[in-house]
Amino acid sequence: MNIIAEHLSYVYNAGSPFAARALDDVTLTIEEGEFFGIIGHTGSGKSTFVKHLNGLIRLPSSLKHYRRPKAKKGRPAPVEPSLRVGEYDLASRKTDFYGLRKSVGMVFQYPEAQLFAETVFDDVAFGLKSFSRGMQEEEIERAVRAAIEMVGLDYQAVRDVSPFDLSGGQKRRAAIAGVIVTRPEILILDEPAAGLDPLGKREIMDLLHRIHGDWCKTVVIVSHDMDEIAENCTRAAVFSEGRLVCVLPPKELFARAEELFSLGLDVPLTQKLCIALEKRGIKLDCNLTVDGFVRAVLAAREGTP
Amino acid sequence: MKEVSFGQYYPVSSFVHRVDPRLKIIFLIAYIVAIFLATSFYGLAVCAFALILIVAFSRVPVWKVLRAIRGVAFLILFTAAINIFFYRGEGDPYFSWTVFAVYKEGVLFSAFLVIRLILLVTLSSMLTYTTTPVSLCDGLESLLTPLKWIRFPVHALALIMSLALRMIPILSDETERIKSAQMARGADFSSGNPVRRVRAMIPILIPLLISAFRRADELGEAMEARCYMGDKKRTKYKKLHFTWRDLVAFLLLAAVVTGVVLLRVYVGGVI
Repeated sequence: MNIIAEHLSYVYNAGSPFAARALDDVTLTIEEGEFFGIIGHTGSGKSTFVKHLNGLIRLPSSLKHYRRPKAKKGRPAPVEPSLRVGEYDLASRKTDFYGLRKSVGMVFQYPEAQLFAETVFDDVAFGLKSFSRGMQEEEIERAVRAAIEMVGLDYQAVRDVSPFDLSGGQKRRAAIAGVIVTRPEILILDEPAAGLDPLGKREIMDLLHRIHGDWCKTVVIVSHDMDEIAENCTRAAVFSEGRLVCVLPPKELFARAEELFSLGLDVPLTQKLCIALEKRGIKLDCNLTVDGFVRAVLAAREGTP
Repeated sequence: MKEVSFGQYYPVSSFVHRVDPRLKIIFLIAYIVAIFLATSFYGLAVCAFALILIVAFSRVPVWKVLRAIRGVAFLILFTAAINIFFYRGEGDPYFSWTVFAVYKEGVLFSAFLVIRLILLVTLSSMLTYTTTPVSLCDGLESLLTPLKWIRFPVHALALIMSLALRMIPILSDETERIKSAQMARGADFSSGNPVRRVRAMIPILIPLLISAFRRADELGEAMEARCYMGDKKRTKYKKLHFTWRDLVAFLLLAAVVTGVVLLRVYVGGVI
């Protein structure tokens, strides 16, 4: 399923003194199979954008009382925003948003805040029971077991435990299991590693790489940790003040360090080191991962007399 | 993140917005008393005139003010209907059917009541339109200070009020977030019979309750870490001062009350 957004705009609290433009004419395509990153500051519109993708925020034209804006004299007619996710046309009123949400899994920031059931099993099964009514008990159990094992928890040990008795990292895994249990084709995660220690971050990213591919074809992460984007993503989009600045593979993206700095964004640590070394006349060819950087440094050192 | 416009506060700067909240509260109370002291349409006209002045100088759009009346429209219509049909006046009724009868006095009296209610509701909502909940709390605390003599915990009450107000936008944000998360997991809040809908709220209520307790806990610890000791020797960040605006507002209030009282004494009831 490809995601194709054209001229997407969104204003919060339109028409009130609190009105705030969150998205401004965003055109972006995310292809099936990508591990896509979305970068931006708080308030850059990145969360608003991903909320559109599973219909939590609806396009105006898909709402009941929508009236097409009339063209004003002497001005071109306003462009209609459009958004397609696979076969779902989100600008249409007839879209099956329920089916859409089944195909597009969404893990919110601090997903452990959504845990509610008495046992981990019940919590993970919640999504399954709402999306696939009338599923057999054994089928449910098999799917829940697969999801819990996928996120790296011990099924026998946690199935009957209250989710609130788990540790922080385990809670997050359980919450992710509750989303991937329906095997969505696209998995969107908002700051999946926020608030975790470095090891926890790495484990979550490893988990996402395991999920990416067979389990969920496309993974989209929203982040402001540049190292995370540099190490994991195939392509990344930069948002600033509701606008899309550019979409590039990480290496090309972070080569434009000056531009990112001017937007108030950072570059990965490895890129910073590369820039510092370049100023001293040492040019490295580095793929921006820590391992890659170390290798590049070693290679450069062997090259010098 | 969704900006929550909470309460009714209308965020502009105006003469009315900047009047001391204590005076606004007193104004509202005295105005309500004045409305009930008024026995004639003339008295109500004095009150209405003051209200129009307030609305005009508040920069709150008139449609917003009218919307406040819409909220109690049913009550107003009900009161009017009861009085029109059941008020027994002298002379011949305009219309009569079984127990219902419409007299001239009934029509006048219900018009009087309707105006009274509209004035009352409108001024109360002007208070919330032009005063932030926080300064309303401050004002209330300051006005209730005399109750400390009878050991009434004024400060604690004010703190509870302002914390509750402070938490409304945070919790409503949180609710929105949890709701989105559960909707993304296929939760359905808008279909099925009432029992089913209430049950559908459980996945929202439990996480919300847990996070509310966690926040309360954290806040308590943070306050203790900053040596919070109740109202012992606390100074205020925002001190309330009376200014020329408050004098103007006070004079307006004095004029309304005097006008209404004089009309009551010298003109009497005109219904």
